[in-house]
Amino acid sequence: MSERRIRVIVAKPGLDGHDRGAKVVARALRDAGMEVIYTGLRQTPESIVETAIQEDADAIGISILSGAHEHYFGEIIRLLKSKNAEDIIVFGGGVIPDGDIPRLLEMGAGAIFGPGTSTKKCIEWIEKTVEEKRRKES
Amino acid sequence: MPGKGRFSVSEKEICKDLIEGRKGYDEKVAKGLSRQPEMKEVFTTGGGIPLERLYTPLDLENLDYCRDLGFPGSYPFTRGVQPTMFRGRFWTMRQYAGFATAAESNARYRYLLQQGQTGLSVAFDLPTQIGYDSDHPMARGEVGKVGVAIDSLADMETLFKEIPLGKASTSMTINAPAAVLLAMYIAVGEKQGVGPGELSGTIQNDILKEYIARGTYIFPPKPSMRLITDIFGFCSDNVPKWNTISISGYHIREAGSTASQEVAFTLADGLAYVEAAVDAGLDPNVFGQRLSFFFNAHNDFLEEVAKFRAARRLWAKLMKERIGVTEPKAMMLRFHTQTAGSTLTAQQPENNIVRVAIQALASVMGGTQSLHTNSFDEALALPTEKSVGIALKTQQIIAHESGATCTVDPLAGSYAVESLTNEIERQAMEYINKIDEIGGMLVAIEKGYPQQQIQDAAYQYQRAVENDDRIVVGVNKFQVEENGEGRDLLRVDPSVGENQKKALQAMKQGRDNVLVKNRLDSIRSAAKDESVNLMPSIIDAVRVYATEGEICGVLREEFGEYRENIVL
Repeated sequence: MSERRIRVIVAKPGLDGHDRGAKVVARALRDAGMEVIYTGLRQTPESIVETAIQEDADAIGISILSGAHEHYFGEIIRLLKSKNAEDIIVFGGGVIPDGDIPRLLEMGAGAIFGPGTSTKKCIEWIEKTVEEKRRKES
Repeated sequence: MPGKGRFSVSEKEICKDLIEGRKGYDEKVAKGLSRQPEMKEVFTTGGGIPLERLYTPLDLENLDYCRDLGFPGSYPFTRGVQPTMFRGRFWTMRQYAGFATAAESNARYRYLLQQGQTGLSVAFDLPTQIGYDSDHPMARGEVGKVGVAIDSLADMETLFKEIPLGKASTSMTINAPAAVLLAMYIAVGEKQGVGPGELSGTIQNDILKEYIARGTYIFPPKPSMRLITDIFGFCSDNVPKWNTISISGYHIREAGSTASQEVAFTLADGLAYVEAAVDAGLDPNVFGQRLSFFFNAHNDFLEEVAKFRAARRLWAKLMKERIGVTEPKAMMLRFHTQTAGSTLTAQQPENNIVRVAIQALASVMGGTQSLHTNSFDEALALPTEKSVGIALKTQQIIAHESGATCTVDPLAGSYAVESLTNEIERQAMEYINKIDEIGGMLVAIEKGYPQQQIQDAAYQYQRAVENDDRIVVGVNKFQVEENGEGRDLLRVDPSVGENQKKALQAMKQGRDNVLVKNRLDSIRSAAKDESVNLMPSIIDAVRVYATEGEICGVLREEFGEYRENIVL
């Protein structure tokens, strides 16, 4: 049986304009065979969650370099839960201090990839996590 | 006269010895290589320019000293914009700072001035940069995070409390709403008894690179260009010491461009502004003197020094030959430098102090007019007082201890540096020609051309690091186990947003709201008529405490908003 390709939303929530990381990750995921939808800048949590549900995405990758990570991770995860879509995996990266990571994981983020993480590591994590999720669902 | 003024190899005899010597050297190297090969087959700069094993006068056969280098302070300004450079005066040491509230940022500025900083540089939070007040829904979670929150003149008064604007030189990183923040600065000056004619400083005011790389745009390109030319026109008449734009390659480079692309896209943006202002009837001999530039300084030392020199020479030529400027001061490329944030690593962050020192030295050897040195902890969070202190001291050590400042443009004449300078200029000109073919920078941006070039370069760089073709110490080599414990990071108090909102509401209750509405209506009328300069009505509105969000709100209604053209 051929499995559906992994589908990922790469999102830039809020006002932060630093999109180099988001775009590099989006291209790397695409080159690894995933279907990638990049949202562009200035997205609200609502629009990101809506896109993810509409596109039947496996995961949402959030990039934040403005320090507003707690707010946006919190909102996106809350909205996913309220729409019964918490099966969509949330991960992210950006300028996020190590000390803040446990709090984001506690909120429900699957993984936080800090500066300097190789895209390979990120790809492997997504593949593994989506596979586990699909196994549980089937 | 052939050979006259040439660099050094005009004499046939020298040339003969040189050619033979070079041949001998190459043969010797070739023999040696079979026993001990070099570490790589091809060596390149950070920007991918192939580097020769050795540069000699033969690489500069076509260099004409007087034509291509000339003298510091004279066309084509390759060797610097002032005759004596750092022997007369050091660059302005200007640390970009701002966070949380105006009162906290004011305290940081006073700390920096007390530490020997010579100019101020204001970082605004994202809502301020995008024209939203702190109580706007889009501002949630962002107030005071990456810079200071400024909603109205009241905040601006606090920001510059006890800092005499007649003496300070202030740079403000503000683009889409630059007219509003400049208006507030002028109004604070008035309150301090300092007229606009005495104010000196810079607004970034460079919208094109926002569409290309930085992302804090508001309005579509056409009305944005009008705002910029309105500022040029108003300042020529009223704020003559103000640098009305800082045409920025910094963010283009941070987004991943090469050094040559940084020069090319920045100067192409510059040409677009100059041509728009000329079309609006302004004299490039006059406003051309108030243009300033802003570049990045990366790790590849020689390439960076060459980049600054190439940018200066190319801009001078473009202003003279393409725009037809006759005033030499309007051909000078004066620039601010910031060390490269994207080169800072979260791993072993103390190593960043060394990276910053190399980058800062490159900018000094490249003849910068002002400099911001990044703090070592910036891949983790906003800098602390301690880390920003080290960054400033780095500049002071270069200025006072390195000796690099005692002679003008000391790397000139280096066969390698002059060859790289030529090559970067050549590559940059190729991109500028390509942009002209596309129909100019505005069309090129619409088509996503510079965005695509930058992204390709960023992706190639990432792959090179992941394949270990490029080594980043602590990231893909020489790693050590580390945990983030014990690190002292700056945190913005989460109550800042709420407090700022409350202060804004209180301010709105205390002002004359009828007067505010009248002044906002005047801005609307001015916006509808392209022949009217928007600056006077904006200044009138900020004087009565109309907020930044209210003013930008009116302009949003009149001008519309830009939607990103996503290129991946």
